[in-house]
Amino acid sequence: MKKNFLLKGGRVIDPARGVDQIMDLGVLDGRMVDPGQVPDPEVVELGGLVVTPGFIDLHVHLRQPGNTGAETIASGTRAAAAGGFTAVVAMPNTNPAADTAGAIEYLRQTAARKGVVRVLPCGCMTKNYAGAEMAGIGGLKSAGVVALSDDGRCIQDHALMRHVVEYASSFGLPILDHCEENTLKASGVMHEGKWSVLLGMEGIPAMSEELMVARDVMLARLTGGRIHIQHVSSGGSVELIRQARAGGLPVTGEVTPHHLALTDECIKSYDTNYKMNPPLRSEADRQALIAGLVDDTLTVIATDHAPHTRTAKLVEFDNAPFGIVGLETALGVVLTKLYATGIMPLDRLVAKFTTGPAAVLGMNDYSLAPGHPADLTIFAPDQEWVVDAEKFQSLGRNTPFHGMTLRGRPRATVVGGQFVFNTLE
Amino acid sequence: MELSWNRKDLLCLYDLSAEEITFILDTAAEFKKVSERRVKKVPALRGKTVVNFFVEPSTRTRVSFELAEQRLSADIVNMAADSSSLRKGETLLDTVKNIEALQVDLIVMRHSAPGAQDFIARHVRCGVINAGDGAHSHPTQALLDLFTIREKKGSFKGLKVTILGDILHSRVARGDLWGLLKLGAEVTLCGPATLVPREFESIGVRVCHDLRSGLENADVVNLLRIQHERQTAGFFPSTGEYAKFFGLNMETVKYLKPDALIMHPGPINRDVELASALADGPQSVILEQVTNGLAVRMAVLFLVAGCVR
Repeated sequence: MKKNFLLKGGRVIDPARGVDQIMDLGVLDGRMVDPGQVPDPEVVELGGLVVTPGFIDLHVHLRQPGNTGAETIASGTRAAAAGGFTAVVAMPNTNPAADTAGAIEYLRQTAARKGVVRVLPCGCMTKNYAGAEMAGIGGLKSAGVVALSDDGRCIQDHALMRHVVEYASSFGLPILDHCEENTLKASGVMHEGKWSVLLGMEGIPAMSEELMVARDVMLARLTGGRIHIQHVSSGGSVELIRQARAGGLPVTGEVTPHHLALTDECIKSYDTNYKMNPPLRSEADRQALIAGLVDDTLTVIATDHAPHTRTAKLVEFDNAPFGIVGLETALGVVLTKLYATGIMPLDRLVAKFTTGPAAVLGMNDYSLAPGHPADLTIFAPDQEWVVDAEKFQSLGRNTPFHGMTLRGRPRATVVGGQFVFNTLE
Repeated sequence: MELSWNRKDLLCLYDLSAEEITFILDTAAEFKKVSERRVKKVPALRGKTVVNFFVEPSTRTRVSFELAEQRLSADIVNMAADSSSLRKGETLLDTVKNIEALQVDLIVMRHSAPGAQDFIARHVRCGVINAGDGAHSHPTQALLDLFTIREKKGSFKGLKVTILGDILHSRVARGDLWGLLKLGAEVTLCGPATLVPREFESIGVRVCHDLRSGLENADVVNLLRIQHERQTAGFFPSTGEYAKFFGLNMETVKYLKPDALIMHPGPINRDVELASALADGPQSVILEQVTNGLAVRMAVLFLVAGCVR
């Protein structure tokens, strides 16, 4: 498609350079250039739409290999493009798990052939993410992983976790940790609180997350290793991360759109599209997450996009798998809840999708400055639309936002100078 | 009788108004007379088919429902989880859809997962009666408790009702709670802190972990069975200690009002949560609860069947 073009009249928000203004952008051979330097450009009129560096989602389950009925690398990356994401970090809990260089090679090759956005591989911390033996982390690094995670399971053995964090730091790899203490979680299916008590469901106490967040903060202090806390769900976790960062520790945290938007009360409908792990928590937790996002305790919004087949979710709440899709609703949900309500300005929210996640991966100059790859997200911040899960690019239809009116919609996504999603006309 | 019932399902008393609950109790009072006759049968559900689908095993509730259905002249089929295709990997929804395809009118269902019946009711045309969904609700048990209390005490306004025992795991407690609150009773939940979560206070009930203050001046005490597996899971140290600190015995019964009712959904652990002498004593209405359960289930089957298209 359009290789060399001029984006005219967009509101450019480029957090790394502190830019938020109407200006033109040039793209030449897949890279950003000065607008004057594009010979014979194709002109794309943006009429005030917002243009930002491409969104990065640190937390996506592409399900391939192993569960291609739920999602594939092709469908998942199309969903990412439709959601405004130009890069996704692929969680390694596939089947087989991404715990060897060969598995990473498979992911990279398949992504190169079938993917429409950048797929950044994440490797397991332990073999088959079983929490018992360290994975071949050096080999994973050589194969191209950008981070390590046992997402879905949390390493319970603290000595092993310590060694993983230390060993990974010698390869410059950040840890993305799913924080959960198993004996406290037990067979819980939702947040432990008023609603689990009223509904008679087994609860997952916030403490099961907070205990491991505290452990990770201590490990960051002990080892100096970089630890990123995935899908922070409780106010207690936010406070632990806030204190760690105030003390200068290399700890970051992400929050999902659904934890910013919904609470455990939703589960009184028994709709399994409200079942995810960590669970939706109380309104006080939700407010604490928003406060953490506002004061930059949490620097990243990530989706934890977790597609499941319709059959898998069409069961009793207790028996349903955890997880919901998020790529195609993330921007709309976040802007509806935080921008349209005046809680956060647009430029700061854009940072949570761009420079925030980039920094976790060690990219500290993620911007639209000349010379950078032309990865761009273009969206209409005030456009209202109604979520229709049947129209998703993702194979997953498991969203709690179906039928909801959202404000803010992706309009085009550019990866390496190519439009991979475009509804501008 | 004025028709003030229009639900094809009975899932949880949380959904019902005080008027609807009272209407069921009034209907049950009529049906109670049927079982007192020489010929204990009426044609109310003749030509209707009811499937008793017990995914979680049950004896007393299933027998009570079966008898209620027979006394209403319904055609009935019993299905247990063992004999169903759930064992072969069929989903719950597929199993129920197959039952429905046989032109069944009502499904009486028990399941271990909270909300399983709500989920099923949304996907079928036939009526669904919840016979217990995990620790969530057991509406016919709640209704028979309410029926028994009303019969003995007349009214719920200001009545002090204490539910004592393992509230955390009890569908009986949760079911009773909504009915009692809607009808105006004052509810206390009592037992050790491991089994009585304080979050219940948010809906306007008293939570207390001291037996004396939990029982003092109560008009009704409803005891819950203490299951041995809760001990092995570490909720309390031994049934002996439980009985000593949270059991109703000849000493602790004195905290209650002298005319207080002693209730229990059964099966009883004699001399654990309830002293044997009290179970068989004059304050006990435990067997009347069982009798009333039949009447309440007949009423519910009759009302719900009338709304199935």
